[in-house]
Amino acid sequence: MAKQNSKQNEPGPLLTVTGLKTWFETSDQTVRAVDGVDFTINKGETFALLGESGCGKSMTSLSLMRLVPEPAGRIVAGSVKLHDEDLLQHTEKQMRNVRGKRIAMIFQEPMTSLNPVLTIGRQIRETVSRHSRFGDFSAKKRTLELLEAVGIPDPKRRYEEYPHQLSGGMKQRVMIAIALAGDPELLIADEPTTALDVTIQAQVLDLLKKLQKDTGMAIMLITHDLGVVAKMADRVAVMYAGQIVEQADRNQFFSNPQHPYSKKLFDSLPTMTKRDQHLAVIRGSVPSLAQVFKGCRFEPRCDYAWDVCRNLVPRWCDTNNGGGALCHLLDPEQERPAKTPDEKTKAVETEAVIRKISAAKTQLLHVDGLKIHFPVQKGLFKRTVGFVKAVDDLSLEIPKGKTLALVGESGCGKTTVGKGILQLVRPTAGCVKLEDVQLNRLKPKELRGKRRDVQIIFQDPFSSMNPRMMVKDIIEEGMIAQKVGGDAKQRETRVEELLEQVGLSAEHKLRYPHEFSGGQRQRICIARALAVEPKLIICDEPTSALDVSVQAQILNLLKDLQVKLGLSYLFITHNLSVVEYLAHEIAVMYLGRIVEYGQVEEVMNNPMHPYTKALLSAVPTIENDGREVIKLRGEMPSPVNPPVGCHFNPRCAHAKQKCRNGYPDPHAVTETHKVRCFLYD
Amino acid sequence: MQHFLITRLASAAIVVFGVTSLVFFMIHLIPGDPVEVMLGESARVADRENLRHALGLDRPVLVQWLDYLYHIARLDFGVSLHSKESITSILLMHIPATIELTLIALLFAIVISLPLGILAALNKNSGWDRAAMTVSLLGVSIPNFLMGPLLILLFSMYLGWLPVSGRDAPESVILPALTLGTAMAAILSRMVRATLLEVINEDYIRTARAKGLSRFRVILLHALPNTLLPVITLLGLQLGALLAGAVITEVVFSWPGIGQLTIDAIHKRDYPLVQSCILLISLTYVLVNIATDILYCVADPRIRLGQES
Repeated sequence: MAKQNSKQNEPGPLLTVTGLKTWFETSDQTVRAVDGVDFTINKGETFALLGESGCGKSMTSLSLMRLVPEPAGRIVAGSVKLHDEDLLQHTEKQMRNVRGKRIAMIFQEPMTSLNPVLTIGRQIRETVSRHSRFGDFSAKKRTLELLEAVGIPDPKRRYEEYPHQLSGGMKQRVMIAIALAGDPELLIADEPTTALDVTIQAQVLDLLKKLQKDTGMAIMLITHDLGVVAKMADRVAVMYAGQIVEQADRNQFFSNPQHPYSKKLFDSLPTMTKRDQHLAVIRGSVPSLAQVFKGCRFEPRCDYAWDVCRNLVPRWCDTNNGGGALCHLLDPEQERPAKTPDEKTKAVETEAVIRKISAAKTQLLHVDGLKIHFPVQKGLFKRTVGFVKAVDDLSLEIPKGKTLALVGESGCGKTTVGKGILQLVRPTAGCVKLEDVQLNRLKPKELRGKRRDVQIIFQDPFSSMNPRMMVKDIIEEGMIAQKVGGDAKQRETRVEELLEQVGLSAEHKLRYPHEFSGGQRQRICIARALAVEPKLIICDEPTSALDVSVQAQILNLLKDLQVKLGLSYLFITHNLSVVEYLAHEIAVMYLGRIVEYGQVEEVMNNPMHPYTKALLSAVPTIENDGREVIKLRGEMPSPVNPPVGCHFNPRCAHAKQKCRNGYPDPHAVTETHKVRCFLYD
Repeated sequence: MQHFLITRLASAAIVVFGVTSLVFFMIHLIPGDPVEVMLGESARVADRENLRHALGLDRPVLVQWLDYLYHIARLDFGVSLHSKESITSILLMHIPATIELTLIALLFAIVISLPLGILAALNKNSGWDRAAMTVSLLGVSIPNFLMGPLLILLFSMYLGWLPVSGRDAPESVILPALTLGTAMAAILSRMVRATLLEVINEDYIRTARAKGLSRFRVILLHALPNTLLPVITLLGLQLGALLAGAVITEVVFSWPGIGQLTIDAIHKRDYPLVQSCILLISLTYVLVNIATDILYCVADPRIRLGQES
């Protein structure tokens, strides 16, 4: 180990990839998932591979490990040199001594990446034994050390536990322990925190940084999140359609991105400062990789494209700061076009309009003292032994034409609030009032008629539509049920209007959901919600399954529709940058209760509750402002048995005796800004 | 685990009670009078009444039912109408033969299906795969009453290796067990193949490969345990089908088990014996199901330890 570390300490290249091509053969075409990729990872550095879904970044990493799914996928060309050995020339048996020992890997989904029927101790020890000469006893000792090193409390007990007994963050720590077991020179982390909450993401990223410092290993970080790149990376490579289109040092990349695609990625990020504008979108979609490209792959979507881009494949051009990009704009041999289009002119000032419309604030939705408790049943006769207090005494209001963001980590009850408002789950207590009608008092038949006023858009557009129904039928179904939209002919016209309103075209009505991309499907879901002319739409994480550039399209659409139709939104999300951009008011939820509530500017600029502060600081941002991340201890407790007193007290740095005795009452900071914390009593 | 067992056994007790009562009332609903069957149509009315009284059939149905339950609880199934022997001892005489046949058939099924399914899955779409799946298709399609005589023709008549029928020599069990086991082996091997194909695409298999483990270890230690979970469920369900198949197979091979006993009893209108046989077969179903649940529970920590600690 010592020898290896000293070797790693000398700077220099660790892994050199040249001309890597990984193709997939299907029955009728060849998909060039990775199509000529070159990069170098230096010893001890963090190299980020950034790209949107389907760009080939995961396939690149699997190619390095020679784990491409065979026989469909095949590495057809290139070399992958670890020091001086070409891994692509290794036999399968030689590769097994590289995998887990010299290059280790962690994956996106900690939930499914561990074997459910083996104890975690055994799964870690297996790698320890495989790559060392430890006997059983020392292998176990080493395993316990590893569990300790990745910050798992009480390693002896955890050693005997199974994956399902651990939370998502803990499982990812176990994955990291497995990866560390062979003391690797390179750790490939494929979207390691995408499936985790922000506060847990902050913990895991910190852990990776610390381990890198301790062991001197290099990290190849694969991600779609610019914030994570900014926090972690030394160097960045941007991947698009199977190729690396730009490489640069982190600071260089964030201050001055070169490739038009990189620039667009920055522009499409939602932030507070862009509130009054449309977000930039990348028009069109990623090209099919089953073709041979004549020109630049990004040309059809590029604002700067001219003739040359269509007809000549761009070559790699070094920039003066050590980076480079695959773009004709940087090529001194290509004549630049006289005019560069100015996409800023397309931005529409929407916010001003909204402010004018709703100057007179009328409340649309009143939720007062909402409680949703689920019984916990046990035993032969299903006795009720307790309650999961998913939502516990929650009150909120949404004005007409405004957006309230309900923010919190997974398991805090935010989705249940949405269901409770829709009466999909009947509240245990409290009152849900839409204008003058108390929804939770309605009989099922009366409620059915009222359903047209409140609609919902779900998180996953891939599973929220019936795959056997045509788009037209999906959109029309609600209109028929609610008897709106006139006769069949009029309804059809309305469906066409709606499709165009959400940015699709009328002929899409006769297609099926699987023919559309994720972003397009979410548009269909929005059209379905709009079909019955609702007053309130509950958006349950509508963009979290989408890429940043597609997210921008959906956010723009939601904003436009709000202005045009005067809609109100309850926007349920964990993504705080979306909140800043879209919402007017914000409610932060923790374990079934709202801990802070106020105007977006108030809460974002002046968070009062320790939880809000921690949540805001945990979000990795692209501005390197040197602010300190407030670390939270542990994880959110189970709502079956919430901590006595203030639910947040076991994780709070400011907890006093008082906090353990009772739950704080709301304290008004300003007329609109309320916080529930004893610090301000 | 303990909690699970108690719940499971308690609900099984309820099922057993229900099955027992159902069998009782079913027999009473079937048209025909046992007394008439025993004495013949020409018997005198007084004789009939005497016999009816002696058998307790003149009491109210509810009383008969309670009496029946009381005796069953003491494992007293009454006396055969035909041979006048105690039914308990008749059953005990026939049970070992059926258990032997079923267990050996099960063993055959597992020994054939596991390698076949694994081989097919690991060489998907190859000649191996196609051959294995064709064989299993044949296995499912050929019914026991055809498979039995075919095997007898080949191994007993033509080759003369194995006895035609009966249970006189140890090797007698081979042909009936093979007949009974093939259909099950066929279904099982398809299940093993399909499940294994699914499992090897799971993320944790990729994790195992990324650890640098050999293909053999990955399949044996990581893929197979997960493959067996759904297979255990199917095994439980199929064991029930095996019992039903045993009735036919036992008749074909004159195997002196419960199946043949049942058919005989039906032919001879031996009501108490038929009733007891049906009861025995139903109870076996219940027991097999409990055993399956327990096995599943042992094999899957997610069920053993409950979701989310």
